[in-house]
Amino acid sequence: MLDQTTATITERTALKINPAKTCQPVGALYAALGVHGCLPHSHGSQGCCAYHRSQLTRHFKEPVMASTSSFTEGSSVFGGMANLQQAISTIFEMYDPEIIAVHTTCLSETIGDDIPTIIGKSQIEGRIPEGKVVVHCNTPSYVGSHVTGFSNMVKGFVKYLAASTGRRSEAVNLIPGWVEPSDMAELRRYTDSFKLPSIMLPDTSSVLDAPATGEHSFYPKGGTTIAQIRAMGDARHTLALGRWASQDAADLLTKQCEVPHEVLDLPIGLGATDRFVSALARLSGTAVPQPIEDERGRLVDVISDMHQYLGGKTVAIWGDPDQVIALTEFCRDMDMKPLHVLTGSHGKEFEARIKETLAGSVPDANVKEHGDLFLMHQWIKNRPVDLMIGTTYGKFISRAEDIPLVRFGWPILDRVGHSYFASVGYTGGLRLATQIISAIQERQDRDAPDHAFELVM
Amino acid sequence: MTESATITPDAASPDAVPSAEKVREELIAAYPSKVGKKRAKHILVNDPANPPEIEANVRTIPGIITQRGCCYAGCKGVVMGPIKDMVHIVHGPVGCSYYAWMSRRNQAATGDGVQNYLNYAFTTDMQDEDIVFGGEKKLAQAIREAYATFKPKAIDVFSTCPVGLIGDDVHAVARQMKEELGINVFGFSCEGYKGVSQSAGHHIANNGLFKNVVGETDVAIDHPFTINILGEYNIGGDAFEIERILEKCGIKLVATFSGNVKYDDLATSHNAKLNVVMCHRSINYMAEMMEKKFGIPWFKVNFIGADSTAKSLRKIAQFYGDAALIAKVEAVITEEMAAIAAVRTEVSGRLTGKKAMLFVGGSRAHHYQDLFNDVGMVSVTAGYEFAHRDDYESRRVIPAIKVDADSRNIEEIQVGPDPKRYAPTKTAEERAAMEKSGFAFSDYDGMMSQMRKGTLVIDDISHFEMERLIQIYKPDIFCSGIKDKYVVEKMGVPCKQLHSYDYGGPYAGFKGAENFYREIDRMISKRIWKMIVPPWKKTAA
Repeated sequence: MLDQTTATITERTALKINPAKTCQPVGALYAALGVHGCLPHSHGSQGCCAYHRSQLTRHFKEPVMASTSSFTEGSSVFGGMANLQQAISTIFEMYDPEIIAVHTTCLSETIGDDIPTIIGKSQIEGRIPEGKVVVHCNTPSYVGSHVTGFSNMVKGFVKYLAASTGRRSEAVNLIPGWVEPSDMAELRRYTDSFKLPSIMLPDTSSVLDAPATGEHSFYPKGGTTIAQIRAMGDARHTLALGRWASQDAADLLTKQCEVPHEVLDLPIGLGATDRFVSALARLSGTAVPQPIEDERGRLVDVISDMHQYLGGKTVAIWGDPDQVIALTEFCRDMDMKPLHVLTGSHGKEFEARIKETLAGSVPDANVKEHGDLFLMHQWIKNRPVDLMIGTTYGKFISRAEDIPLVRFGWPILDRVGHSYFASVGYTGGLRLATQIISAIQERQDRDAPDHAFELVM
Repeated sequence: MTESATITPDAASPDAVPSAEKVREELIAAYPSKVGKKRAKHILVNDPANPPEIEANVRTIPGIITQRGCCYAGCKGVVMGPIKDMVHIVHGPVGCSYYAWMSRRNQAATGDGVQNYLNYAFTTDMQDEDIVFGGEKKLAQAIREAYATFKPKAIDVFSTCPVGLIGDDVHAVARQMKEELGINVFGFSCEGYKGVSQSAGHHIANNGLFKNVVGETDVAIDHPFTINILGEYNIGGDAFEIERILEKCGIKLVATFSGNVKYDDLATSHNAKLNVVMCHRSINYMAEMMEKKFGIPWFKVNFIGADSTAKSLRKIAQFYGDAALIAKVEAVITEEMAAIAAVRTEVSGRLTGKKAMLFVGGSRAHHYQDLFNDVGMVSVTAGYEFAHRDDYESRRVIPAIKVDADSRNIEEIQVGPDPKRYAPTKTAEERAAMEKSGFAFSDYDGMMSQMRKGTLVIDDISHFEMERLIQIYKPDIFCSGIKDKYVVEKMGVPCKQLHSYDYGGPYAGFKGAENFYREIDRMISKRIWKMIVPPWKKTAA
């Protein structure tokens, strides 16, 4: 397995090997699925849309509907306006969405298609039925990563729809970041338990975890409604979870509608959830509800009870920046030692945050933004770890080096559960902690000689 | 979505399926008239004796939710990607390399010092500045870094959409690097926007492989029965099963294009005596070019389905015309058929008469009908995602196929006999005699001649058509790909992925057929299908 990977690390300036990120449009597509009645539309070659739908489907094991402008060589020369106009007409006639969310690709960006002009022209030509909406965002694949694409699409919805009527509502906007449907449902449970009126954008719960009923619902019942997105402009505050995936939309809400905002880490693990819960308490003006505090106590209890399996264990973590930042802190708080921490996305700030988090425990940790899994593997070869936490792509390193892997992040292509059981909040932290503890215990069991094979652990 | 009039079952039609004409009319009527007019040419009622002319390999209408992918996917993803010991560098933004990374499940045997890069993805990960200032230098550097790190046999480069637009000359960079590094380096202009589907990419891959690899190494292979298998990509281990059977028969496999294959196998493949073609759509260009240049005859085979595998083996043995080989092949068929007979009989008992629908690929929607036939199932409608008219109607229509603007720019290599190495396996006289006795060369009869009269054949099916067909036909199983899988299963119908095999396989050959019989039986008889409706919602009978 991965026999061609050696421990000798040489500097690469041009070749990326085994990337730890993908391109913007897939993030835009995922975000758009979290809007009710929305058909995501990929303005580019058919392959983009096919690849993105396939990858999201493999992760969620759910239908992922999206359409494409089906560029040909001719459209690449003459521009994609005719394709997008035709697509808008066809989509409204055949698939009747409430809203089409167009995202661009490297193809349409390189030729410079002006999407707002095309949407405007389509409006004038009557291609967009009364009461229906077309929005867009620019997602050139050669800028940023899939996380940037997610962020840009959320920002696109805000830009086109959020408006201030001049009357402030009681609602708080919640921009959840690129998390699972299960996480979004859990975040809503948190705001509900504080009796805090909230609008979450996007919300893929009850979209990408749809029940089997014998019928396919083209537009599942979940998703933020257009009316809700409009009302975000009147909210009194925005909580943006994750600097990479959520800050831009929150900034825009402030600029466009004067909604103040704050950016928090994704509430993954104990510390980050504490900060989230404190913010909810402050915004709602109520004490933390007892059930939430009990959940916190259970998480603390399990970490304490099982500390012997956690303390000092070395770990390699990779994934998207918002996730990895929170997860690294969580591992540190359980006294694990993150030796290698990497994201495929850009951001020097990522390296600074991780180094700050680990300054007191692993000052010599390998940390890299815009890295790849080939480098991660080489790091591990040079300095082995007890556990790996990351996406499915890590399973090949896990097998090559015989190190247990806890799957976390996007994508997870070879297991189920992530879309149904949350990782955010205290109960989500409990789920993560038990996965980590179990992985370490399984390994201890596997490697134990007969005389030391424990009944009770 | 447009709701339409109920279709009454047609009593005259087999299995009480609604009449295909009525279904066709309904599907077309649901579209805006301009779109409907176009789709009408892709949706036809079959007549196996006189296959109707179908529109295929033309643009998908923008906004239609299609199964199709792009040219790059056909070139890198399908044809070139499975070559195991080459470093395949994707020149472009990260996504294209990332998505074609292990997602097609081409398996490869390792060991014996063979390098295997199938678990790796290589990309230039183009950034903003590369688009603005050009990416040639970065590509050259990436190739250098790949060579320095891995020392592979050869390196190929795939162009993604922006590469063509900004004018990077990947071929010039490849030539320069070939000289600098002393290994074979070559490029493909397979930008995603070329052609109308993956199909353009297959053709471009065939051209590049033919120009840059095939014929590189002359060797004398000391074996009377040498063969290449074209268009078998070893998804789920299919090629392993075919390799097993050929070896058992005493037939020497030189190269598979391109499942479980090494660069050197392909470089010597022109020394084989025979080419057989599995996936006609993706590789027929190679078969034609190798015949013209080296004199290697080819014919179509199908190792999907036990009966088809037996038939294909018999034809291969007949080609060599060796009595001992013919006897050996018969013995193998007898033994292998006996080994799967019990399962086939048992499963047939449950599956005979069950209805399948197949919408996939450029050959699988045809090949897998043979597997369903093995267990008595009926294919009620089928169609390809990216095939051409010949894959539906037979190669006889090739001269009549109009080349449109989307296909015109895909190079047709003009090939003549190699002055030194053209050595036809069969003389003209031998060949004529064989043809006279009914042996077909360079043949493919297409899907339509094998499908029942009155079945619906649909090219480049849309999402809307798929959902409607499932509602109308209520198939027992639907065969498609990942994008459709969970839509179909939400509707309570099992969906077998025929691209990825649902992470199972092999399904080729005899053991593969047995796997497939069991798999389809499992899927159709799953208890959970009967439990979708909760008890409190079931009305008393």
